[in-house]
Amino acid sequence: MSETTWRKLGLTDREYDQITGQMGREPNLVELNMYSVMWSEHCSYKHSRSSLRLFPTEGPRVVQGPGENAGVVDIGDGWAAVFKIESHNHPSAVEPYQGAATGVGGILRDIFTMGARPVAFLNSLRFGNLDDARVRYLLDGVVAGIGGYGNCVGIPTVAGEIYFESCYQGNPLVNAMCVGVMPLKRLVLGKASGEGNLLLLVGARTGRDGIHGVTFASEELSEASEERRPAVQVGDPFMGKLLLEATLETIERDLVTGVQDLGGAGLTCALTETASRAGSGVEVDLDQVSLREEGMHPFEILTSESQERMLLIVEPEKLESVKEVFKRWGLKPAVLGRVTADGMVTARYKGEEVVRVPAQSVAGGSPVYEPEAKVPEYYSRLSEFDPLKLPEPDNYGEVLLKLLSAPDIASKEWVWRRYDYMVRTSTVQGPGGDSAVIRLRETGKALAMNVDGNGRHCYLDPYLGGMLVVAEATRNLSCSGALPVGITDCLNFGNPEKPEIFWQFRRCVEGMAEACRVLEVPVVGGNVSFYNEVEGEAIYPTPVVGAVGLLEDYRQQGRSYFSGEGDVICLIGSGELSLGGSQYLKTIHEKTAGKPAGIDLQLEKVLQSFLRSLISKKLINSAHDLSDGGLAVAVAESCLAGNCGAEIKLAAGNVPVNELFGEGPSRVLISVPATLFGEVESYCNEMELPLKRLGITGGEVLIIRSGGDIILKLALSDINRAYEEVFSCIME
Amino acid sequence: MKSGIVVFPGSNCDLDAYHLLRDVLNEEAEYIRHDAGSIGDVDLVILPGGFSYGDYLRSGAIARFSRIMPAVAEFAASGGLVLGICNGFQVLTEAGLLPGALIRNRHLQFRCSQVYLRVENTATPFTCAADRDNVLQIPIAHGDGSYYAPREILKDMEEKNQVLFRYVNSSGDITEEANPNGSIGNIAGVCNESGNVAGLMPHPERAGEKIMGSEDGLVIFRSLLQHLGKEGVGASV
Repeated sequence: MSETTWRKLGLTDREYDQITGQMGREPNLVELNMYSVMWSEHCSYKHSRSSLRLFPTEGPRVVQGPGENAGVVDIGDGWAAVFKIESHNHPSAVEPYQGAATGVGGILRDIFTMGARPVAFLNSLRFGNLDDARVRYLLDGVVAGIGGYGNCVGIPTVAGEIYFESCYQGNPLVNAMCVGVMPLKRLVLGKASGEGNLLLLVGARTGRDGIHGVTFASEELSEASEERRPAVQVGDPFMGKLLLEATLETIERDLVTGVQDLGGAGLTCALTETASRAGSGVEVDLDQVSLREEGMHPFEILTSESQERMLLIVEPEKLESVKEVFKRWGLKPAVLGRVTADGMVTARYKGEEVVRVPAQSVAGGSPVYEPEAKVPEYYSRLSEFDPLKLPEPDNYGEVLLKLLSAPDIASKEWVWRRYDYMVRTSTVQGPGGDSAVIRLRETGKALAMNVDGNGRHCYLDPYLGGMLVVAEATRNLSCSGALPVGITDCLNFGNPEKPEIFWQFRRCVEGMAEACRVLEVPVVGGNVSFYNEVEGEAIYPTPVVGAVGLLEDYRQQGRSYFSGEGDVICLIGSGELSLGGSQYLKTIHEKTAGKPAGIDLQLEKVLQSFLRSLISKKLINSAHDLSDGGLAVAVAESCLAGNCGAEIKLAAGNVPVNELFGEGPSRVLISVPATLFGEVESYCNEMELPLKRLGITGGEVLIIRSGGDIILKLALSDINRAYEEVFSCIME
Repeated sequence: MKSGIVVFPGSNCDLDAYHLLRDVLNEEAEYIRHDAGSIGDVDLVILPGGFSYGDYLRSGAIARFSRIMPAVAEFAASGGLVLGICNGFQVLTEAGLLPGALIRNRHLQFRCSQVYLRVENTATPFTCAADRDNVLQIPIAHGDGSYYAPREILKDMEEKNQVLFRYVNSSGDITEEANPNGSIGNIAGVCNESGNVAGLMPHPERAGEKIMGSEDGLVIFRSLLQHLGKEGVGASV
């Protein structure tokens, strides 16, 4: 075989040598294609594996950590929560509707593959600036695709986040998350165990779509990427729904030994991973795969990423019952072959053996790289910037209105009203809250969930940014009264072969891992997306955290907005503040620079536990995390949802711009019924948590004083207009 | 009251209807498969929301050929109560059991939100527990919900009081802004001439518990219970 062949398939000369070494011979072209897709960055995590080991992945509730289709966490009463987040960035960059739709379909299959009933979708999106027509086209297409798939399969899309930065102009981020629940005893893993058991392929027919989709995901985008459109798959949510129902029925009836969905790298991944996990082998007859078109080459059959397909491992005596279940859903499984004990993946096509590769080698034999890390030139330069040297604004009200109408902060209702967030009638808190809350009908408990990321913070200080994102995601759960039980992460970065990018990655992971350790939340699964670059320009390092929490009673979720006149408004938590990397700096001064405020993780932990306790004891009426835009934005948001004004007072002597718009972690705005304030205050003292009494709720105006002077006064109707109308104006 | 909820491949609000009837109202409910040959012994047939057969063609256009549909038509012809919600409404219009058609929302987007409905006719089994001009807050979630009927049919329907619900604002006024999908005459729900078959785009089964944001959808089910009670049929435990 010539070197141009493997290089064209994305393998290095050294990797090719390793393949021949592990196989004991040269691979044929079909086998080389299998190695190519499985040893791609997307499937093999070769540049990230050594760093991912830093994450704490165990805990008393963890049933299944990373390595399976999704993570599984015990939520009591014999039930488990199953969740995972995954990126579909590159497909969405060239074909936004299908790219996003198949991202949703893929993450859905990961959840029901484990035996869980999917109950919610979430998503985290990043785009370039909305003044670009192509960006608007991408946003519209991605939103339509997410809705198109999720609405059709009947699972509510309940939470998400969207940010806009020029670094995502040609390379948007589309991260989709799914959460499912199941009785623990139904857990099924993606293992091809039991010699002689049958391998069944069921679902859509296999076509030429998505061939080498994973290698596409493992390279930078360029002008030529448009030609990669055939690497994007096409989704069929109706088939997804049928597969979901039929697969869950076979699992409920205990008819299957193992289940694996076909996603990236298609059949190759499903066969080699299920065999590798079980330490077994498989032999299959590719003539049994029902194809969408004639003349497909065996390598195409093995690497096709046609959507809506599942691989089941079934004991021979259960075959008829499995077929019967699928028949009732209009589906016909094909028996591809059987499980063997020889550790090899063997495939025949038209009577000839076309593949015989060691499963472990293809699925797990790729090299692990420890790339060089180098501090980028910008790092110290940008961190030296002092935002307090900028002139103090003349009109704080104008600044607040500008921030509220910045697309990063403004209401995303234009987006989420295109998602069915209510189907399954379990959405106790839908989009717009600090986290979404889904009740569990079977146990009376509830799951809270959200996704969070902050590319700006991670760009300016990846280690701190990594800690901040975990802290914020879990804090949002605590603001809803839920105990964080686990997270899943989607790590979106540039090309890891560049030392500066790998430094960003490594430091982010270290920061996230540290926060997970202190806050005691395990990472139970996730995904790494490298090569998010266009023409050599990387995105901001953007780790996104999907967090899941448990509420003991679904009726006890906390609110995020003011709900009554005369409540005392307080700020609890840290006093650390900075305009570095803030939304204020970005929106008002068009700058991303400075140092974000540091975090004391121990304080964060105490704060979160205190919040949950305040909510379960019903001592407060609202809790809202202070995030982008700082105190002023948080107060305005708390006013809007409940249509209740407020009057607050800043301490005299401080710099108002910093107090109003500075950002810092571990800070939460609460509103307390006046009669309970004393109790909350002494409870807070007991926990040694700083509490600042800011003011009082009521009226139809937001008033902010500094010392004795009114420095901001806005009618709620004006605030509402700024906050609500932006997207409709830009997009329609 | 015993309800049969028809499950087409791709139905996805079957669970919501089932949950409301069983867990909230403590009434009997069962699922009826799309390929069943008969309805069985029920007081009410519900065609639930969802995307039957993926709705890749016109919404409801394939479901109406399901094996169960002749039985639904027969049940309706014999005076049985049939309620189509969202996709179920689309199926009923495609099947010719209700007049008019549901076309693409005027703004071409899927829309999920709370809307207000005004009850236009209280002399039907589906609305008899409501007062005329009652304003109900009930959510919608659809992409093809713009009701349309030709002028002469519409006129006929108005004369026969077949319009059950219209989209209104919170004060009960029919306005352009209150119309979420471009439906002609702000029509949100209609019934057949004899009043035993009804369909609406909003989801009353999602407005049955306070924690879900509204309980106003219950009035439709209470109406059905009241109607069946008067007839002395199976109002159960």
